[in-house]
Amino acid sequence: MMKQKLVIIGNGMAPGRMLEHLLELAPDQYDVVIFNAEPRVNYDRIMLSPVLSGEKTFEQIVIHGDGWYIKHGITLYKGCKIKTIDRAAKTVTSETGIVESYDKLVIATGSVPFIIPVPGNNLAGVLSYRDLDDVTAMMIAAKSKGNAVVIGGGLLGLEAAAGLAEQGMKVTVIHIMPTLMERQLDPAAGHLLKKAVEERGITVLNGANTKAIIGEKKVEAVELADGTLIPADVVVMAVGIRPNTALGKDCGLEIKRGIVVDDQMHTSDPDVFALGECAEHNGMVYGLVAPLYEMAGILAKTLVAEPAAYKGSVTATKLKVTGINLYSAGDFSEAADREEIVLRDASRGIYKRLVIKENRIIGVVMYGDTGDGPWFFDKLKKAEDISEDREMLIFGQSYAGGVPLDPMAAVAALTPDAEICGCNGVCKGKITDAIAAKGLRSIDDVRAHTKASASCGSCTGLVEKLLVLSLGDGYKPNAVQPMCGCTDLGHADVRRLIVAKPLKSIPQLMQELEWKTSCGCAKCRPALNYYMIAEWPGGYVDDNQSRFINERVHANIQKDGTYSVVPRMWGGMTSAKELRAIADVADKFAIPAVKVTGGQRIDLLGVKKEDLPAVWSDLNAAGMVSGAAYAKGLRTVKTCVGSDWCRFGTQDSTGLGIRLEKFMWGSWTPAKVKLAVSGCPRNCAEATCKDIGVICVDSGFDIHFAGAAGLDIKGTEVLGHVDSEDEAVEVIAALTQLYREQGHYLERIYKWAKRVGLDSIKEKIMVDTEKRRAYFERFKCAQTFLQVDPWEERVNGKDAHEFAAMRSFPQLMAAE
Amino acid sequence: MTSWIEVGSFSDVPKRGSRLVSTPQGDIAIFKTADDRIFALWDKCPHKGGPLSQGIVHGNSVTCPLHNWVIGLESGLVKGPDQGCARKVKCKVENGLVLIEAAALLQQVA
Repeated sequence: MMKQKLVIIGNGMAPGRMLEHLLELAPDQYDVVIFNAEPRVNYDRIMLSPVLSGEKTFEQIVIHGDGWYIKHGITLYKGCKIKTIDRAAKTVTSETGIVESYDKLVIATGSVPFIIPVPGNNLAGVLSYRDLDDVTAMMIAAKSKGNAVVIGGGLLGLEAAAGLAEQGMKVTVIHIMPTLMERQLDPAAGHLLKKAVEERGITVLNGANTKAIIGEKKVEAVELADGTLIPADVVVMAVGIRPNTALGKDCGLEIKRGIVVDDQMHTSDPDVFALGECAEHNGMVYGLVAPLYEMAGILAKTLVAEPAAYKGSVTATKLKVTGINLYSAGDFSEAADREEIVLRDASRGIYKRLVIKENRIIGVVMYGDTGDGPWFFDKLKKAEDISEDREMLIFGQSYAGGVPLDPMAAVAALTPDAEICGCNGVCKGKITDAIAAKGLRSIDDVRAHTKASASCGSCTGLVEKLLVLSLGDGYKPNAVQPMCGCTDLGHADVRRLIVAKPLKSIPQLMQELEWKTSCGCAKCRPALNYYMIAEWPGGYVDDNQSRFINERVHANIQKDGTYSVVPRMWGGMTSAKELRAIADVADKFAIPAVKVTGGQRIDLLGVKKEDLPAVWSDLNAAGMVSGAAYAKGLRTVKTCVGSDWCRFGTQDSTGLGIRLEKFMWGSWTPAKVKLAVSGCPRNCAEATCKDIGVICVDSGFDIHFAGAAGLDIKGTEVLGHVDSEDEAVEVIAALTQLYREQGHYLERIYKWAKRVGLDSIKEKIMVDTEKRRAYFERFKCAQTFLQVDPWEERVNGKDAHEFAAMRSFPQLMAAE
Repeated sequence: MTSWIEVGSFSDVPKRGSRLVSTPQGDIAIFKTADDRIFALWDKCPHKGGPLSQGIVHGNSVTCPLHNWVIGLESGLVKGPDQGCARKVKCKVENGLVLIEAAALLQQVA
C-alpha cells in the first residue's frame, strides 16, 4: 500500500501528542512532515515558568528530542514557517520556498499573544510569554536586576511575575480587573492570592489601565490611565491569547473565533484538520493542555479511520508558582439556583468553596490546601449526587464517611476511574494497571508508560503514593538526580562506589559503572577527576584533559580568550617588592588592566595565553605563587589587621589568616573555598558570609561556616568556639576535609551543609575530637601531594604544548 | 583537487585535547578525540566567539569554555537546543603528520 502523506503545521504539545497516538495506532500509515516556526524540537510549554524561575533547564522540558523524529522517520523542518496553503493543489509553501504536497493536513498553529493596542507596544523590551525565546529574553533582561512590569494578572502573567521576581527583578503586576485571575478565582480567593503574591515582593495594581508604554529606543516606563508612571526595563504582556487562525483564513476555511472543527476535528475541508489552541469546537476554544491532549487522541483515531468523537472538555486550573497552592474548576459564578459551601481558615491561609447546583458540585475553588482538588473535580465531572455527605463534604476526602484517613489511605480509597493526572487525563486504574503489568519502578517509568505526571507535574505526589501502594518497600522515592546524561547514578552513589569498589581511574570507573558515553562529557569528567584526587591522594594521576580550561592552564579565561593572573598575597598582606614586581610585569607584557580584587589581592587582566609562563616566571622570581583564583580549591583568606595595629583587635587575625592560607593552599575541593579572619566582632574582614570564617574574641576564636555572598546571600552558621590558634587551624582543616570527602562537585559548603545537616557536621568536628583529629590528619596527608606551585612547574616546562601554537603562518598565501 | 598543507605531527596533539594553528585570518583548532580521530575547526564558537580549542573534548564533541555550548567536531554544528555552526576546516592524517586544506590559508579575495 502506498503511504499517505500527512503534513503538520506547528510542533507544539498537541501535535506532539497526536503523533504519539498515531504512531501507536498505525506506525506505517503515513509519511509525516512537520513544519515548526520555532527553531527547535517539541517541548513542554507548561513548564516554561519553572525554566524562567530557574527551577528547570530547557533540556529537562524537551518532550521529543531530535532522535525521536529520526527514529520514527518524521521530517521536521525547524524554524520554518508556512506561508500559504493551496487546498486545490493540496500543497503547503513555506516562507523559505519549500513546497510539500499532502494527503491530509493538520493545522496546529496554536495561538498568538494578544498585544494591547497602546502607544509604545512595539518598543524593544516589550515581550510576550509564549515560547522559549520569550523566556530567554526575560532571563537576559532579569540579569539587570532592574524593574519589570507584567501587564495581566492571569495565570501566565502571575507565573511570569513570580519567575522574574525569583530572578531578582522588582516586579509590578498591572491588572485591569479588580481581582487577580478573575476567570478562575472568585474575589475571596483572588484576594488571598494577591496577598501571597505581594509577600514575594511583587507589587500588584488591580483596576489599573495601561495607557502607554514610554521609551526612546527601548522601554523605560509604563504609564497608567491615571497618569502614574512605573519605571520598567522590561514589560511582559500577558493579557491573553487568541487562536492563530491566519493560515486557515487565507485558504478559505470556516473561521469563527478559531478554525471551526467538528467532533472528528475536521475543518470545513474534509482533508484538513485543526488541532489545539487554534481550533474551535462547539463554540469553545481551549488554552489548557488537558483538552488539547483529548483532541489529539481523537484526531489520531480519525486519521486511521477509527470512530471517535470529541465532546468538549471541563477543565481544572492550577497555578505553577512554587509555594502558592491554588486550584479551580468548573463554574463558580453566583446565581439564584446555586448554593455554596465555604470553608475559611484565615490563620492557615486556607479558603475552599464548592458551588452546588441541584445537589451536584459544579464549581470548585481552593486556595492554600488543594489536596482534595482532584477528588472534588472527580465528583464534578461525574455529576455525583452529594446530598448524603453534604455536611462533611468541604472537609474533603479524609472526612468523607466520618472516618479521618491518612493521605496514603485517601489515595488507596480512590476509585479506579478517579482522575490522577488532569493534564493527560490519566485515571488511577490505568496507572496501577501499568505498574503491575509492566513492572514500573519509578516516577519516570510511570511518566514514560502512562504520561501521568509528565506535563505540569503537580500530581507527582499522587503518582508517588500509587507507586508506594503498589510496590511497598520496592519503591525508592528519593530517586537521585543523575550526575549527567552519561549515567543514571547520582554524585553520592558515584563517590561511594569509588571507595567501595575501589575505582582508581576515570576509564576504569566508566567501564565498571557502565557509563553510557565513550569518554564522558564536560559535566562528569571534571567531577570524576576531583573525586579521584580527593579519594586517592598521591595515588592518582591528575587528568589534565578532564579539567576545565582555567584549572588546566592555572589562569582565568576571559571573554576575549585572554587570561587573568592573580598571585597569592598571603592573608592579604603584600610588600613594596611584590608590588614592584607586579608593576614591572604589567609594563613588560603590556597587560591592559590591573585590578584590586574583593579577596585582598591584585588581578592582572588581559594576559595573552602564550605570555602566561613568562609572566609567572617573573612573579615567581619575586617570591609569588599562584593564587588559585581559578580553582575549585582554596581561594583567598581575607583578614583585618587585628591586634597588630587595630585598637579593637583581640587576636592576631592577620597572623592566623596567613597561617591558614600557608597550610591550606593547593588543596582541591568540590567547589571554591573562601576564608576570612576578623580580629574582633566588628568583623572588618566580613567573615560571616564566607565558606569558612573566624571571628576572634578575647577568649579565643569563634569558627563560622556555610556562608554565601554570591548567587545566594546567606550569613554563616556557628560551628563552635575554640581557645587556641592551633585548635582553630585543626578545626578548619578537619571541616575542609569532611567537605572534600562528602561534597558533590560544584556544591559550595553552604549547600553541602544544608544537604547533610549542620548537626552531623558539628558532631564530627566539634563533639568527637578523635574523628576531628582523623579528618585533620587526612587533610595534612593530602596536602603533602598538593602543595606544588603550578606556575613554577609550567615555567619549568610542564604542559608546554598548552601555551604554544603547533604551527604559525605569519602570512597568507595569495589566491591564484 | 584539494591541496594540503602540513601543520605538525599527529603526536603533537594531546588525546581528548587540541592544539592551535595560528594564521593572520584567525586561529584554527586541531582536535584529537579519545579514539585518535583528528578534526579541525576555526577556533571560534558560533555563540560568542569563544576559543573552542580551550574546551573539554568528549566523544566527538567539544564544550566551549565560555558558556558550555557543545559543538560537534565532525560538522561544526551546535548540539542540543542551541543553534549555530562553527566553521570547519578539512583535515587529514598522513604518515604521522596532520594536514589541513591549503584553502584555509588563502587570501580571502573579495
